[in-house]
Amino acid sequence: MPLTISSLLYKLLPMRVHPDLDAAFAALADPTRRALLTRLAKGEATVMELAEPFAMTQPAISQHLKVLEDAGLVVQRIDGTRRPRRLAKAGTEAIDQWLAMLRNALEKNYDRLDTVLATMEQPTKKRGGKR
Amino acid sequence: MSKLTLTTEGDTHVVVTRRFAAPAEAVYRAHTDPKLIRQWLLGPDGWTMPVCINEARPGGKIRYEWTNGKGGGFHITGEYLELEPYRRLVHIERMHLPDPTPDNHVETRFDPDGTGTLMTLRMTLPDAQTRATMLSTGMEHGMEASYVRLDGMI
Repeated sequence: MPLTISSLLYKLLPMRVHPDLDAAFAALADPTRRALLTRLAKGEATVMELAEPFAMTQPAISQHLKVLEDAGLVVQRIDGTRRPRRLAKAGTEAIDQWLAMLRNALEKNYDRLDTVLATMEQPTKKRGGKR
Repeated sequence: MSKLTLTTEGDTHVVVTRRFAAPAEAVYRAHTDPKLIRQWLLGPDGWTMPVCINEARPGGKIRYEWTNGKGGGFHITGEYLELEPYRRLVHIERMHLPDPTPDNHVETRFDPDGTGTLMTLRMTLPDAQTRATMLSTGMEHGMEASYVRLDGMI
């Protein structure tokens, strides 16, 4: 899975670093769900707290949270009658791992390009001199 | 030092930046001269590019074929839309798996930066879902902590 950026991106996806990655990416494709994760990145919160900044009903927010939970990105805790949600470590780490692979693969190409550039002639003097 | 950045922008863009210790003209040539492209656009060790067509003119064709020497391989095709010598390339590309993926519109800028070059590669995908398929949007706002961690790893 080398290559240009788009081939990298497409090629890496089927590698399935983590079985839930497809679900995680699908879950992340929605702006409301990304906003919910933004909020949860700051600490755990209840559905009521999560719904507050949105022009959405709590059931609608709960539905989004369910998608995030099914994707392994969010977990809930039982605290008496409260059900606070927080980010799920395993899910976010799987994404980290995938992104790290992507960055590494890209860096490998560009590190190689550094070497090519270092061996190129003065580019302003085309074809003169030694190779 | 982490030289590469990889971020999303809006719903359909992916932006990669990278600095090079060479003039913009050299970096541009390394992106348009097949002899040079074949030396670096390879991915993991063991992969080679037996076919490298890069017709650096408007409407010119791009075709890269890669192989791992063990029966594995694939190719991309594309066309140039605009070229500003040594400063900017605009092309579209698609990957064949073997069915073609949606067209990816790619603008590559080479901006002088001190004695080196800042390359900015800006991809535009047809829609948000395509980009989501290609790339986790996890590095957007919700995952700042992850992104910081990532930066530290590389």
